[in-house]
Amino acid sequence: MELKVLGQDNTPPLTDSAPSGGCSSGTCGSSEDGMSHLPDSVREKVHNHPCYSEEAHHFYARMHVAVAPACNIQCHYCNRKYDCANESRPGVVSELLSPDQAAKKVLAVASEIPQMTVLGVAGPGDPLANPERTFATFHEIADKAPDIKLCLSTNGLALPDHVDEIEALNVDHVTITINCVDPEIGAQIYPWVFWNNRRIKGSKGAKILIERQQKGLEMLIERGILVKVNSVMIPGVNDEHLKEVSKIVKGKGAFLHNVMPLIAEKEHGTFYGVMGQRGPSKQELSDLQDACAGDMNMMRHCRQCRADAVGLLGEDRGQEFTLDKIEAMDIDYEAAMEKRANIHAGIEAHRDALRVEQAEKETPALIAPASAPPARIAITTKGGGVINEHFGHATEFLVYEASPEGVRFIGPRKVDNAYCVGPDVCPTGDDKGTVLDVILDALEDCSAVLSAKVGIEPWSRLEEAGITPSGEYAMDLIEEAVQGMYGDLIEAGWAAKDLEAQAAG
Amino acid sequence: MALSIVESCVNCYACEPLCPSEAITKGEEIFLIDAKKCTECEGDFADPQCASICPIEGAILDAFGEAINAPGSLTGIPPLKLAEAMAEIQAR
Ligand code: SF4
Ligand code: SF4
Repeated sequence: MELKVLGQDNTPPLTDSAPSGGCSSGTCGSSEDGMSHLPDSVREKVHNHPCYSEEAHHFYARMHVAVAPACNIQCHYCNRKYDCANESRPGVVSELLSPDQAAKKVLAVASEIPQMTVLGVAGPGDPLANPERTFATFHEIADKAPDIKLCLSTNGLALPDHVDEIEALNVDHVTITINCVDPEIGAQIYPWVFWNNRRIKGSKGAKILIERQQKGLEMLIERGILVKVNSVMIPGVNDEHLKEVSKIVKGKGAFLHNVMPLIAEKEHGTFYGVMGQRGPSKQELSDLQDACAGDMNMMRHCRQCRADAVGLLGEDRGQEFTLDKIEAMDIDYEAAMEKRANIHAGIEAHRDALRVEQAEKETPALIAPASAPPARIAITTKGGGVINEHFGHATEFLVYEASPEGVRFIGPRKVDNAYCVGPDVCPTGDDKGTVLDVILDALEDCSAVLSAKVGIEPWSRLEEAGITPSGEYAMDLIEEAVQGMYGDLIEAGWAAKDLEAQAAG
Repeated sequence: MALSIVESCVNCYACEPLCPSEAITKGEEIFLIDAKKCTECEGDFADPQCASICPIEGAILDAFGEAINAPGSLTGIPPLKLAEAMAEIQAR
């Protein structure tokens, strides 16, 4: 099987037998994507979407283009000097593109990164507050690159006005950010909205926004367009309330509810940042995600990528596609499309094989003594569903929880800087300490970290922090490796990290 | 009488399509209002449209050079609090 397409030269053959019982696949979830409850038509649509399917994001990539600068509301977690903080990480500014430039960039990326299957418009403002720019971009892509799926994110205020165009363009994924269904709570999140040619403040404005969001959601569902709902978890403001939001949007037919943590720092200059509003702890976030999950798929792998993000998993290859570089590229998209189709077929064959292998395995008995406490284990990967990234190169760690019943995905943890700055350049002096501190902090609830390789220095710091490093599982399938490591920990008589105590702390 | 835009404009494009008088254009550095064309939205809207959507406090001035959106009026951040936070960040 041709696996080079995944960007790995050394993915293990699928015949490699699993070290122990249990499911082995590139999936992050314990059931396939946690999507078994969804109708086939929906699953089909989600199947290859790297933002929506936990499994697909190991194989396919998405990109965003920053064509939509204007916004029609203000959120307290956003500073309008930067990109929209709901869809992006706060504090970054994306390079604004015209629709023409954006289309050219998309074609360039699609030719260079065949795994790129989804184009999103999410900002830096609200795509539907810039309908001409957003739809002009979509029209060009639909015309020139029909093999690319379109998606957009919106705060919902202008959504009901654009449902026709969204449907006509065959946009099949829309994300609405819904932080509340109660105007009084809304007034604590949205200081104003611009509506009917007036700026409307407080709960009056929030009420309009909420009504428009709900109406837009209903209209999209009626027309069979996939809707995901994003919510920002703001402790003390909407954390409890989001359980109700989840019930309502699920009842109306949203296929996925993604609860994201508030990110608020003084230096972002946002209302929440300046006023000292805190974000949720890792445990609070995963508890709320659990509470909202019910029978609905929760998206735990959202990376809050930036408005001009490009790449697979947590990587950002945006720097390879700056305006001047794109201008210099000569793109034959007809040829590229053929190549893409072949590569996608290869990826699908690979995924099918993984699924068959998984289906043939017997349901595992308990993987550890029933009394064993759960453990969180972080891994590093470049994609393909295996542990193939060096510790020093990772800017993202995927955290799993292993328990006697099995392995489940908790979420990605991002750090701004990899421990090593280049392939062979490891940090020196003070930098080294700070970069590593950030990583240790991101992994504080983890008992082990599995990488293709771990250097000597981080190795000892990890051990000191009570996180067992291991390179033993290099190139193994993620879930098997996590399960294997869990066994190792138990055998070594490891004492569980107290997740509850950490949540309180 | 006309409004004007000053350098704190973040080039978000929000005002430009709303202007009933086509008085707003994107300039070299920031968006600009053509004083000859601006009607302050008289006869079209109750509120000047540009100043009603602009997210940046102080970016749009009235005919007397006063900020239409005063500090703290849009973000809800009390100006003193913001100054404190800025000072704290600078001191780091
Ligand atoms: S006040 Fe009205 S007419 Fe004048 S620039 Fe602003 S939007 Fe245009
Ligand atoms: S709305 Fe304000 S910040 Fe945006 S372009 Fe107009 S003047 Fe500049």
